[in-house]
Amino acid sequence: MTTNSTKNQTAATDGGGDVRLTGITKTYGSFTAVHPLDLTVPQGSFFALLGASGCGKTTTLRMIAGLEEPSGGTVHLGDQDVTALPPYKRPVNTVFQSYALFPHLDIYENVAFGLRRRGIKSVKKQVGEMLDLVQLGEQARRKPHQLSGGQQQRVAVARALINHPKVLLLDEPLGALDLKLRRQMQLELKRIQTEVGITFVHVTHDQEEAMTMADQVAVMNAGRVEQLGTPADLYENPRTTFTANFLGTSNLIEAEVDTRSGDDVVVRAAGDKLVLPGARCSAPAKAGGTVLVGVRPEKISLTHADDAGSVPEGRNRITGRISNTSFIGVSTQYVVDCAACPEFEVYVQNIDRDARLAPGAEVVLHWNPAHTFGLDAAQDIDAGVAEGEAA
Amino acid sequence: MAFSPSPVNWLKRHLVVIAGLLTLAYLLLPNVVVTVFSFNKPNGRFNYEWQQFSTDAWKDPCGVAGLCGSLSLSLQIALWATLGATALGTAIAFALVRYRFRARGTINSLIFLPMAMPEVVMAASLLTLFLNMGARLGFWTILIAHITFCLSFVVTAVKARVMSMDPRLEQAAQDLYAGPFQTFVRVTLPIAAPGIAAGALLAFALSFDDFIITNFNAGSTVTFPMFVWGSAQRGTPVQINVIGTAMFVVAVLFVLVSMVIGNRRNRRTA
Repeated sequence: MTTNSTKNQTAATDGGGDVRLTGITKTYGSFTAVHPLDLTVPQGSFFALLGASGCGKTTTLRMIAGLEEPSGGTVHLGDQDVTALPPYKRPVNTVFQSYALFPHLDIYENVAFGLRRRGIKSVKKQVGEMLDLVQLGEQARRKPHQLSGGQQQRVAVARALINHPKVLLLDEPLGALDLKLRRQMQLELKRIQTEVGITFVHVTHDQEEAMTMADQVAVMNAGRVEQLGTPADLYENPRTTFTANFLGTSNLIEAEVDTRSGDDVVVRAAGDKLVLPGARCSAPAKAGGTVLVGVRPEKISLTHADDAGSVPEGRNRITGRISNTSFIGVSTQYVVDCAACPEFEVYVQNIDRDARLAPGAEVVLHWNPAHTFGLDAAQDIDAGVAEGEAA
Repeated sequence: MAFSPSPVNWLKRHLVVIAGLLTLAYLLLPNVVVTVFSFNKPNGRFNYEWQQFSTDAWKDPCGVAGLCGSLSLSLQIALWATLGATALGTAIAFALVRYRFRARGTINSLIFLPMAMPEVVMAASLLTLFLNMGARLGFWTILIAHITFCLSFVVTAVKARVMSMDPRLEQAAQDLYAGPFQTFVRVTLPIAAPGIAAGALLAFALSFDDFIITNFNAGSTVTFPMFVWGSAQRGTPVQINVIGTAMFVVAVLFVLVSMVIGNRRNRRTA
């Protein structure tokens, strides 16, 4: 009873449900899992920590839950410093990877567990409502092993949500489900989040999952946050090669800075002149220096070399030879061999298919300069490629 | 001509069942003999030949001097040894699985030693130890000896169970507002319970009918197995068969009840 009443008090006084991590870090011996990290998750948002396995995202989540003790830094929930609190005193609940449902308790008792531990006697109504929310009212008296993967997943969500935590932590909650069910559960989780308005922090290695569900995504790599932003912002304006390659696909070309003309930066890559907006260049663009010029495959148009004259003025253009095509249905994916970039990827919508665009054909690639972004050339150009494909 | 009802074919088809039944009979025959002879009325001191049916022994199981005393002593020792060995063994099993400490590997293999060692060796070394310490042989030395040899069986049974336990279950409990004690009582213990129960049953059975180690360390105290052995030198009272039969029946009932409970639970949840 005491824990319950203090909990309500704190909820009433500090109001805010922001999660604030300040300089939080975790080391295991000489290995640093999470480098000092500052992160604020606004109240009521759906926040995703995205990264390949071993990037420190789960460790960060577990430090918020209190299951892992940080080596340094603080965790705040609203105005309350919870760094020193054990997990059972934090107003935070977790949906574990592979769910961790109690095998000796039935579904009803699994969901009621948190309420009972807080000394709440009459749990029937709340448990019933929660089971209805996740559409498992019929299964209340079953044991976890008698349920399907998707049902178990929903029990895990219900078991956590019934406590009305300030923050719900989800540790790769959909990893064990097959693709179709995963899509369905993504929508379901999003619906529940909108309905209850609780802050969700979601850890995932699936960039599509992060982008479809989250309001804000933090891309993590090797224990650091590479970039933080809305899914569209991260996709359109990646500031590191890791983000550019991990989220979707990017064509990156090494280029030499020529001049700056007004707001634009003019660069040269293997003889081709390209233009990009200075505002979208995260690297210092000094004349004579190098930058990585990037463009997403779906922004590019393909024109056969015979029609090169029909390409409008003012567009970035590169010539090359098609080395590979694959027909996907809605689109066709081309791999083009250019002087500046040996494997240039281009996705073209199948509106009017040009039969001449076959392997071996000479083509002109052209795109709106506004869709170009610039990155610091000092980075590994292939960072995040393999991880992105694996995920 | 798919099937000919010859005896050879019949034998071939039922070979597994026949072999199973024969093995069962081989195992159960001694129990049947004990039960049958508990209704005997022997001539003289030895109960080895069937004379006539009688329920005298069943009506007066404590009729032989010292029998019920030794039985109650054995039950007491078995009970306390089970409690002690189960508590210690469970703690050791958790320590070995959950914690990394120096000499963990050594302890892991040492724990198996009492199981592998010949019983006489352990009996003799315990006796040496007790005599050197100047301990008076009796109830307490028997109890200590029994806890010692039951311990490894409990550890083995519990360890297997704890090793297959997902540590995330306890983390989930903590995440759901259960403190360390609540986590242990509500989650850890119930999940480890089948292993602990198996270890306890094993300990009870081993302690109750142990003869060699007990005989070395009992001094003048007489447990039930020692009483049986002692009386067999001078003559076997029918009451021994009565107690043996009763224990067999209790054990069978125990198994049946637990099976019924298990079945009913399965049917309810299915």
